[in-house]
Amino acid sequence: MNSNDSSRLILLHEKDNVLACRRKINAGDTIVIDGRHIVARGEVDVGHKLARADLAPGDVVLKYGVPIGSITQPTRIGEHVHTHNMKSDYIAITTRHSTGEEAKS
Amino acid sequence: MLGYQRSDGRKGIRNVIVVAYLVECAHHVARRIVDVSADMDVQLIGFPGCYPNEYSLRIMKNLCIHPNVGGVLILSLGCEGFNREGLHATVAASGRPVDTLVIQERGGTASTIAAGVKAVAAMKESIAQTPRVPIGLEELVIATVCGGSDGTSGLTANPAVGKCFDRLVALGSTCIFEETGELIGCEQIMAERAITPALGEAIKACVTKAAHYYTVMGYGSFAPGNADGGLTTQEEKSMGAYAKSGDSPISGVIKPGDHPPSKGLYLLDVVPDGEPRFGFPNINDNAEIAELIACGAHITLFTTGRGSVVGSAISPVIKICANPETYQRMPDDMDVDAGRILNGEATLDEVGGEIFAKVAAVASGERSVSESLGHQEFILTYKSFEPVGPACLPMRARRA
Repeated sequence: MNSNDSSRLILLHEKDNVLACRRKINAGDTIVIDGRHIVARGEVDVGHKLARADLAPGDVVLKYGVPIGSITQPTRIGEHVHTHNMKSDYIAITTRHSTGEEAKS
Repeated sequence: MLGYQRSDGRKGIRNVIVVAYLVECAHHVARRIVDVSADMDVQLIGFPGCYPNEYSLRIMKNLCIHPNVGGVLILSLGCEGFNREGLHATVAASGRPVDTLVIQERGGTASTIAAGVKAVAAMKESIAQTPRVPIGLEELVIATVCGGSDGTSGLTANPAVGKCFDRLVALGSTCIFEETGELIGCEQIMAERAITPALGEAIKACVTKAAHYYTVMGYGSFAPGNADGGLTTQEEKSMGAYAKSGDSPISGVIKPGDHPPSKGLYLLDVVPDGEPRFGFPNINDNAEIAELIACGAHITLFTTGRGSVVGSAISPVIKICANPETYQRMPDDMDVDAGRILNGEATLDEVGGEIFAKVAAVASGERSVSESLGHQEFILTYKSFEPVGPACLPMRARRA
């Protein structure tokens, strides 16, 4: 934890490969992840997650030390991890603009 | 702390008159009676459907004889399928004042409203005599629910409620957590907390049931706002929601309307049994809260990240805000600011202690924020359940 940017990021469990964001990160901000200085490429809001390491499609995402889904797109360290690069291993989620039927496919 | 003594031995923390409509066709008349009575302790509940349903009858009965309820006025159109005589008899047998007004027999809208307002006024006088007796935290049933969750919920408000639950369970209170569809992914760790291995298997089975049900419906228990707030998957939301349960052993699994048969921590299985018949398990947060109250909850601890504003009829709702930015935007709707944990301004234990203190205050009569704002949301829809199996209640069930 000491080697992370603890004012803005929380590592919830040693095994985790994502960090939770406790204060908004803006594009261009430098953040520290496990001692590495990374320039944020995009905005990450409070409560959202970012990658603790480079992640590949099929990688299981660990938060609270447990699996919460898997990666669908190559994701670099420090990048926002969300619906664009990660999916549920149980049940698809829906948005205001998609129905459950669409989300299943 | 003084409560209201009910003749079944239970004690309430409020003395509410409920006006209960039994079909949508009686809704307007019932609402007018509540509006004209202009008293925050005269509250509206009801069931919209014309077809009878065992579940909704049972829930309505349990709500009408809830310890926070002092008297009941039943509003029927006259031709609906709801068993109004059964509901009336249950309330009468509980020793509470009860009246049934059938609109078709009372000369229509205006005369029924007038009769209802008179009946409520008479009931208010009679329940003012309800004996006040000391009540301890160990006599309370406290429930928890989350709504408008986001990525902060599982970091602040939910684990803080878990801390409060641990203190309450240690004191001898009864605590209920719920929404098995929001525990998908947590079944294994949850089963390990069960007081018997058979109960652990029953917990896993009810999560499997939930996963199947939601898969058939095509939607998980996951709203677009959850994703806006940083939650990506059902199982991520589940892990956050699960934290509300704290660390105490799980004493049993109950279904809507079951009263926990002992003190301790209980899981409420809200997902209907059998193949999906009537739609989504709970169509919104208030459908869950109504079920928790039907299980005897005196107070519901409601955590929110995005910023829910709802309260409930019958039992007060305490709002715990997880997200510091949300708290900045809508502080007047929140009882507890758990987002301070994220800013490093408070610890989980401290906020857990604040929630615990708020429970004691609200149980002593202090109005929660949603109560003061007049939030008395209520909804009840169709469902069907089988009774729980023997493995679910190692401490033995007292079916209400």
